[in-house]
Amino acid sequence: MGFLNNLINGISLGSIYAVIALGYTLVYGIAKMLNFAHGDVIMVGGYVIFIAMTSFGLNSWISILLAVIACTLLGIVIEKVAYKPLRQATSLAVLITAIGVSYFLQNMALLIFGEKPVNFTSVVNVPSLKLFDGKIVISGETSTAIVISILIVVGLSLFINKTKSGRAMLAVSEDRGAAELMGVNINRTISLTFAIGSGLAAIAGALLCSAYPTLQNTTGAMPGIKAFVAAVFGGIGSIPGAMIGGILIGIIEILGRAYISPQLADAIVFAVLILVLIIKPTGILGKKINEKV
Amino acid sequence: MKNENKAAKKKLAPLTKKSFITYAMVLIAFAVMQILSSGGYISSMLTGLLVPLCVYSILAVSLNLTVGILGELSLGQAGFMCVGAYTSAVFSQLTSETITQPLIRFPLAIIIGGIFAAIFGILIGIPVLRLNGDYLAIVTLAFGEIIKNVFAAMYVGYDSKGVHISLKSLSNLNLENDGTLLLNGPQGISGTPNDSTFLIGAIMLMLTLIIAYNFINSRTGRAVMSIRDNVIAAQSVGLNITKYKLITFALTAFIAGTAGALYSHNFYTLQASKFDYNLSILILVFVVLGGIGNIRGSVIAAVVLVLLPEMLRGISSYRMLIYAVILIVMMIITSNEKSKAFIEANTQKFKALFKRGKTAEAKEAE
Repeated sequence: MGFLNNLINGISLGSIYAVIALGYTLVYGIAKMLNFAHGDVIMVGGYVIFIAMTSFGLNSWISILLAVIACTLLGIVIEKVAYKPLRQATSLAVLITAIGVSYFLQNMALLIFGEKPVNFTSVVNVPSLKLFDGKIVISGETSTAIVISILIVVGLSLFINKTKSGRAMLAVSEDRGAAELMGVNINRTISLTFAIGSGLAAIAGALLCSAYPTLQNTTGAMPGIKAFVAAVFGGIGSIPGAMIGGILIGIIEILGRAYISPQLADAIVFAVLILVLIIKPTGILGKKINEKV
Repeated sequence: MKNENKAAKKKLAPLTKKSFITYAMVLIAFAVMQILSSGGYISSMLTGLLVPLCVYSILAVSLNLTVGILGELSLGQAGFMCVGAYTSAVFSQLTSETITQPLIRFPLAIIIGGIFAAIFGILIGIPVLRLNGDYLAIVTLAFGEIIKNVFAAMYVGYDSKGVHISLKSLSNLNLENDGTLLLNGPQGISGTPNDSTFLIGAIMLMLTLIIAYNFINSRTGRAVMSIRDNVIAAQSVGLNITKYKLITFALTAFIAGTAGALYSHNFYTLQASKFDYNLSILILVFVVLGGIGNIRGSVIAAVVLVLLPEMLRGISSYRMLIYAVILIVMMIITSNEKSKAFIEANTQKFKALFKRGKTAEAKEAE
């Protein structure tokens, strides 16, 4: 039963990774850049919810809504200020800028909220499920995380494939130049991508902080990086891939923590990334891209 | 592409001159500081910063080899530094009774720190260097953190029965009463002999600069730069990409390891938590502010950025925020098409002005 419990914890953590990975995969697919600051947007979302709930006494739904709005705006601002001037620049320059943005958010939060972690009250009030006479307990946070991540994946797939803006995103990810010639507004599409990705980050922040209820300025950094690993594992640019990758990485991390060594759990996750990139660089559901001279 | 080629050609010929100017600058700075400190003109706080200044400059040069010459971003420099710091400190503690002369023991410790860091660099580099760009940055960042976490969780001691290693707790070590504890988990390592001096730091910085400049100007260095500029072209002329990447990676890890040795012998106690993500970012800020690929700039930026927050106490709480802004602003200034054109036009005007002034002065002198 210990194994089953670990498996459920893994799936729970994995669904949170999946929601974060969706943000990475969208931005990487469309803007062709690694948004290093994505993990820190999660942290910002967490703080917005925390303040709305503790300082203003708002209920959890309104707090989450506020966080989604705040993070969406933050994502658009980040894109406009830091990434848009670098559309034509080398990937190294974009990467360093993204690291700068991430570091900026982390230290801004440090200045405002201090070093001490705050206790986050869970926004989930779903009763926990007890199976097999209480031998297996599925907490409310776990079931919520799983259900919400599935809803988001389905909703996002529908949005991308059925709506006009979604198809514009697909076109830009396929060939930016051709999409521009066909009348797709590149800047608006990339802004929309960042907005959606950051909005999802706020939801991920709510789930992450509910499941692991401490919040500090570095809360988003490591989960963010692991979610990127998940996005690569599932095939970067693929929405169902992000879901599969996220859940697998969550399971690998929890099982590694339980059965191999708690100190090496992170190392195992990154070893997975290296193995994937060596054996199948496009990930589980990714498309093969030929490098052109 | 054409511009890059031109820049490379321009750089190569006067590189020797450039390197000698840098050596001279370091020597003069060293002499000035030495005279000032022996005369007692500088505060004790600044004296305490002299060795860290050397450490940060060396680290900045080593990272600049990865970012500027290899063209890849490594965020694990603090991890390699951690390996060098720990191994050299353990070596010094083990041999403090057999080799009593610090002038022999310390260089050995530095070399051992460097070699262990290079071994880690190669072990991590073999799988990691097949990746590039964003992937490499993420994985090196991750491995830097993992190295730090593993060292922070390690308990190592030795007694008459041999060496004991535990990853759990001090009591799990089963050390005999006469045993010696080397690594004490999160508390780190303590009792390292205080061997680092400003002189040794300055010598190491000089050696690092000599190695860096000669590496850039060597056949290997040029091969590495050609890989940076165009991987496919480099491959098609028969360069072994992984080999050259690995050589550069091992070299920078070695240099970071020696810097770690210098760092650890400057303090009595040392915790692995010092070698965190913030340190890797700090080194990146030195490189970016000094100019990617500009060795001398890295040293100057490191010195300025270490001294500035100490001089201006008021801004010290905003220090890391300023670093973040430096990263973003520097990249936008140097990589944005419009700002690049603007800067180029203005520097040419400025240069023309400067030249005219010079010739006018010369005429006046006549």
